[in-house]
Amino acid sequence: MIVEGRAVVIPGDDVDTDVMYPGAYLNIEDPEQMKRYLFEGYDPALREQLGDDAIAVTGWNFGLGSSREHVVQALKAWGVRGVVGKSFARIFRRNCVNLGLLILECPSAAEAAGSGSRIRIDTDTGLVEVDGRRFKASPTDPFVLELQESGGLVPWARGKISA
Amino acid sequence: MWSRTWRSSLGHTLAEKILLAHCDGDDVRRGKVVMVRCDVVMANDVSGPIAFRAMEKMGAAKVFDPARVVMVADHFAPAKDARTAELLKRMQDWADEQGVTFYGQGRGGIEHTLLCEEGWIVPGSVIAAGDSHTCTYGALGAFGTGLGSTDIAACLTFGEFWQTVPGTIRVEFTGEKQQFVTGKDLILAVIGEIGVGGATNCALEFVGDGAAALSIDERLAVSNMAVEAGAETGFFNADEKTAEYLADRTDRPWQPDESDPDAEFDRELVIDLSELPPLIALPHLPGNVVPVEEAAGTKIDQVYIGNCSNGTMTDLRQTAQVLRGHRVHPGCRMIVVPATQSIYRQALAEGLLDLFVEAGAMVSTPTCGACFGGHMGVLAAGERAITTTNRNFRGRMGSPEAEVHLANAYVAAAAAVAGAIVHPAEVASGVAA
Repeated sequence: MIVEGRAVVIPGDDVDTDVMYPGAYLNIEDPEQMKRYLFEGYDPALREQLGDDAIAVTGWNFGLGSSREHVVQALKAWGVRGVVGKSFARIFRRNCVNLGLLILECPSAAEAAGSGSRIRIDTDTGLVEVDGRRFKASPTDPFVLELQESGGLVPWARGKISA
Repeated sequence: MWSRTWRSSLGHTLAEKILLAHCDGDDVRRGKVVMVRCDVVMANDVSGPIAFRAMEKMGAAKVFDPARVVMVADHFAPAKDARTAELLKRMQDWADEQGVTFYGQGRGGIEHTLLCEEGWIVPGSVIAAGDSHTCTYGALGAFGTGLGSTDIAACLTFGEFWQTVPGTIRVEFTGEKQQFVTGKDLILAVIGEIGVGGATNCALEFVGDGAAALSIDERLAVSNMAVEAGAETGFFNADEKTAEYLADRTDRPWQPDESDPDAEFDRELVIDLSELPPLIALPHLPGNVVPVEEAAGTKIDQVYIGNCSNGTMTDLRQTAQVLRGHRVHPGCRMIVVPATQSIYRQALAEGLLDLFVEAGAMVSTPTCGACFGGHMGVLAAGERAITTTNRNFRGRMGSPEAEVHLANAYVAAAAAVAGAIVHPAEVASGVAA
């Protein structure tokens, strides 16, 4: 699968789920409403850079903390096409995979990208291009790759139930 | 391929053994993805309702096994507003419809303390729950791990989840801990040492004389914060204390187990408890750990004793030991949250709640409340708190301009008396260790 887009850099390392989506808004269930509070405790201006051509670029240990799925739901509601980072906290990465949001660990690509960089991801080869420069992403397990490319656990479960 | 043969002869870690017993096949090499069967699936009023919707989208009408599913109302309990009342109500309705166990408002408490107390957790079992602090169950030798709502929806439907086999970091605690040092300090020391991402893709394992000497309450505090180092879970080996704790709580069968002597660990570290002072995690990361004396003098507006790591009887007794004969400083407020209804009643029977109120503290019904900035004690801009909770991220307890310090119950209670961070020995010199 090929995914292309425009880099939106979420600066810093150890960016936690609480700053990305503060606890006070955990009573919201509609992703369209969750959108409004994404990055609320970190830098609300980041929302203005998002859009349906965006690929989020992150630092080390991105998404540490809570199991709240709201962060990933909100990223998806903004139309974000994927996340490329130096490394990810476990549950955040799971949530992306389970909701079918492409997530790739590629420290060199994340380092090379600036806001507005053109990014092209080839999930078959694991290559990430940043403004034409090529980087190799850490390998993703075939089951995990298939799960996220097929839209996550909801379609997976539907297939399993109807089978 | 000499090295390959040699490696395959190595024993298994405890994490690998538990996963092996809960998946098909016999290959649990590190990094392999396996489907893991759940003994218990749990969600709360934040993760549950989103999971119910995902389950509907999956086309699943019924849970895989109502006897293995449990719901707990704790995050926004009692309801903060109409919207949260709706979440709590939906949870109740769903639990009734599915025929699963539901600990409603006033009938349970904070999920992780509650599930241990109620005998849901036994050594060697697998618990998947919609909350990151599910790693708490490692204290009883169980593979408890936190998952998001869609993951939980699949667990509710099929009773299993995908899991990458983790590596293991072994932490050996040696020696005897000093006065005013508790389980909280042990885990803060670990996170300070390896960092907030130091155990990513790994389980933590706590061993040694210092680990064996800890009470179950203190083990819960240690395992609870394993996720603060990025770990999947944080194990103690089940022993006589575990057996004693479980004896009157459950008739679920279990066997003690531990990592094989020749198992391979990603990393091993040793922490000498005789050298360890009370610690504090400074804002805004649980890994910003310093000895309490380095933070001494910092003025405190709110003290919060509670949450799934440190809202146990042990914590309330430690709080009372420091507070006895003192009052909460006029420049400071204090909130005490017993983790469960049964802890609340025990504290009541021991006269602790009266002592807290007399000293000028507020005693709250069990709730996750202010720990995650939900309600019942959130912070204003510019305010500083010291808490026995597990996260001090920016904005965690309210305003992004507030600051949260993490510490044990002795240190937090001492700050309530002094109105500022102090070594607890300065407030309660006569307290027994």
